[in-house]
Amino acid sequence: MADLLQPIRQLGQAVTQRIWRLGFAARFFVAILMYSGASFRRLPLTLREIYFSGVLSLLIIMVSGLFVGLVLGLQGYETLQRYGSTEALGVLVALSLTRELGPVVAALLFASRAGSSVTAEIGLMKATEQLKAMDMMAVNPIARVVAPRFWGGVVSMPLLAALFSAMGVLGGWLIGVVFIGVDDGAFWAQMQAGVDFRYDIWNGVIKSFVFGIAVSLIAVFEGYDSVPTAEGVSRAITRTVVTSALTILALDFVLTSFMFRGTS
Amino acid sequence: MNRTVLDLWVGFFVAIGIVALLFLALKVGNLSSGHLSDTYQLQARFDNIGGLKVRGPVKSAGVLVGRIVDIRFDPATYEAVVTMDVDGRYRFPKDTFASINTSGLLGEQYIGFEVGGDEKMLSAGDTIVKTQSAVVLEKLISQFMFNKASEGPETK
Repeated sequence: MADLLQPIRQLGQAVTQRIWRLGFAARFFVAILMYSGASFRRLPLTLREIYFSGVLSLLIIMVSGLFVGLVLGLQGYETLQRYGSTEALGVLVALSLTRELGPVVAALLFASRAGSSVTAEIGLMKATEQLKAMDMMAVNPIARVVAPRFWGGVVSMPLLAALFSAMGVLGGWLIGVVFIGVDDGAFWAQMQAGVDFRYDIWNGVIKSFVFGIAVSLIAVFEGYDSVPTAEGVSRAITRTVVTSALTILALDFVLTSFMFRGTS
Repeated sequence: MNRTVLDLWVGFFVAIGIVALLFLALKVGNLSSGHLSDTYQLQARFDNIGGLKVRGPVKSAGVLVGRIVDIRFDPATYEAVVTMDVDGRYRFPKDTFASINTSGLLGEQYIGFEVGGDEKMLSAGDTIVKTQSAVVLEKLISQFMFNKASEGPETK
């Protein structure tokens, strides 16, 4: 009888555990928001985190953006030339980048480049009991360690996504106009006619801002909630990358269905 | 509080991020050219709008003068009511003719204004009276075929 009930018991335990963690994450998010006043008053703390998560991600974001743009240019040209409308290459590249690929791929890269290192840092701080030591010295670890890292990520993410899209458009231009020989004027003119600032670009910025909040929250939470051992920290890092990726893609679907429904 | 090298890098990062956003806004998007600053609304009623979409262009003489902001169905008259934002710099006479055109054979559909000769100008909230619905290709073809069929025997 006990053997039969075991799977059900495990399932129940797993579900309860998840919900427990979710509730803790929500409470943690509120705590970050409450204590984030300090991270703006002591700006160097946040600037340091913008440096670590934003500036150091510049290279990977820009290079990936360029290559995504190159590939979009090549593949888009392949398909469009069958219908004799290669001038639409600009609008194809720009729309796919500003609406979807820019925010999403930049957020995925950001989660694996910066999110994982934030988790590792906070996890190790916990494992070596630095967070407890701060508590002992009446320094709130959420205000001193967690909030600056959270805001660093939130500020960096939209800028990185915009850079990614801009580099991608340049990549598409490089392939389409410079190498293949699509007309330069038509490329930009079609792009400007087809891309609306408020509708396409601004919605992309909002998307990347939401992804920034999600990725940063997951990264700091997994670090703060990690089991304070070497193995626990490594698991937490894995969870950060996996959870962030899934959250980004799911959120992207939800946001897209709100923002770009039916029109245009 | 001293300035550090780190501040320089963060400043550089924020600056190129904003430059990228500006590039997207001005070069990729239409904030520079297609942006309609102060607009006024006009309405037009059509029997059939075809594939017209919200945010579609409104053109006069081929130049973009406005955007479609809303398309509704009027259950009282069984007509489509299209609301447009028209650029405040341009005024059109009362007897302007609004028709739904297609750019190219498979291109997007837009509302074209053909200007009449009236002295009075349309003002905000007015409805354009003279309209022409979208051309539905199937109807055109069937009309053509019926005409051919009906005149067939006489031409012999």
